[in-house]
Amino acid sequence: MSEFLFLYRNSPAAREAAMGTPEQRQKSMQRWMAWMRDLEGKGHLKNAGQPLDRSGKLVRGGSKAITDGPFVEAKDVIGGYSVIEARDLAHAAELAKGCPALEGAEGSVEVRPVMKLEM
Amino acid sequence: MTASLTRLFGVQNFALVEDVVQDAFCRALEIWKLRGVPPNPSAWLMTTARNRALDVIRRERTARTFAPELTRLLETEWTAAAVVAEAFSGDVVLAEQLRMMFSCCHPDLAEPAQIALILNILCGFGAPEIAAAFLTSRAAIEKRIARGKRALAGASTLFDLSDADFTARLSAVHRALYLLFNEGYHSASTQAAVRAELCEEAMRLTALLREHPVTRTPATFALSALMALHAARLPARVDATGELQSLWEQDRSAWNLELIAQGRELLDRSAAGDELTAYHVEAAIAAVHAAAPTVAATDWNAIVTLYDRLMEIAPSAVVALNRAIAIAQRDGPDQGIEAIERIADRDRLDAYPFFPAALGELERRRGNVGEARHYFEQALGLARSDAERRYIERRIQTALR
Repeated sequence: MSEFLFLYRNSPAAREAAMGTPEQRQKSMQRWMAWMRDLEGKGHLKNAGQPLDRSGKLVRGGSKAITDGPFVEAKDVIGGYSVIEARDLAHAAELAKGCPALEGAEGSVEVRPVMKLEM
Repeated sequence: MTASLTRLFGVQNFALVEDVVQDAFCRALEIWKLRGVPPNPSAWLMTTARNRALDVIRRERTARTFAPELTRLLETEWTAAAVVAEAFSGDVVLAEQLRMMFSCCHPDLAEPAQIALILNILCGFGAPEIAAAFLTSRAAIEKRIARGKRALAGASTLFDLSDADFTARLSAVHRALYLLFNEGYHSASTQAAVRAELCEEAMRLTALLREHPVTRTPATFALSALMALHAARLPARVDATGELQSLWEQDRSAWNLELIAQGRELLDRSAAGDELTAYHVEAAIAAVHAAAPTVAATDWNAIVTLYDRLMEIAPSAVVALNRAIAIAQRDGPDQGIEAIERIADRDRLDAYPFFPAALGELERRRGNVGEARHYFEQALGLARSDAERRYIERRIQTALR
């Protein structure tokens, strides 16, 4: 088993649609819970990670200038992350297909193997 | 509320559960003092407890482990709020209350400890209230509850209703609820309000058992029927001056017809299986009494037959005594006394005031006034409360005039 980072992305508009009203919020939370429970039950959930707020700051290299992140204009924003255990990258990508972030066309899950650095 | 919080935090964090419950009540009182009581106080309390639970989980999730099956989902904001909301949703609350009830009836705990624990955790009674109901000292009850909670915490999770020991545990739960009801019905406590409350709680918890498919057994219906049929007579058990009234003297027009109808319906539903429990028979006896407009019009033959059955299923000296009284009613005092003399373990009734009282009553009917007086005085010496003492004194006055 290897570890993979899931980065959940969505457009601000889709995010607003999923979380805008209390009913939508509740529905969305239930979908995420069902998915996480499923992963947990099958032993794939290494670390559920956390959802991320849409606000933020961006610190740039060189000048170390701090700006309000490129979140407002961005087409997609990272909405959260989890660490998943899977056999290989193909298996991890297959697991990602159940993610509620993919319900809108604008959502995506970036699946990245955790690199093991050798000394 | 306690049951839902225990589901989230796990039994090992029971003290934390109690803190959160206490806290929710304190907040509620503070706010209600300012703004008045909201239209739905219990929903308000549940919401407060739910929010407090989430606060506690966020604060403590790195320092503590919660319920084993939920810990992972409580660690992350992806699911924490939804898991907390779920624990407070209707179906889950019912299931958790049942699991808590079953957990309280732990085989390592004596029955009085199980009952004290149920009253404390599931009914929210404090140690002073429980002590008042059981006529015990507060310290003794506190000790009983503390011991019970240690036993609860010793188990890693609440009792699972799918457990192999389910059947045995269900009958322990039935027994505890039966005793709780009896405590209310016959309690030596003179405060009628306290007694009625115990009966109500026993009935409420038994009704919970009826709501869940796994605990909705014929015996559960029988126990429920028994409680309803007895509770129907509660208003007539004490007269206007607060004196205890026996079945013979009760004003039957004060019996609660709605509860009698409900008890009958429950008794019908209890006949579903091929299992015949003592609760079935006791409920059937209560139903015969409930159907009779007067003592004389009672179907004593049916009652004697039912007591015969009860002696087969659950023989005891008290059951045998009641059977003898029914025989006296059907066949006359001679046969009654004869039946009493045949009770195998009569010495078990030595401290039971209604044993000599029954003998006194039958001797009086035979015209043996001297014998009757002797027995009644013996009964008076055994009376366990002022209410019983006054009741027997009254019997002496009216019987031996």
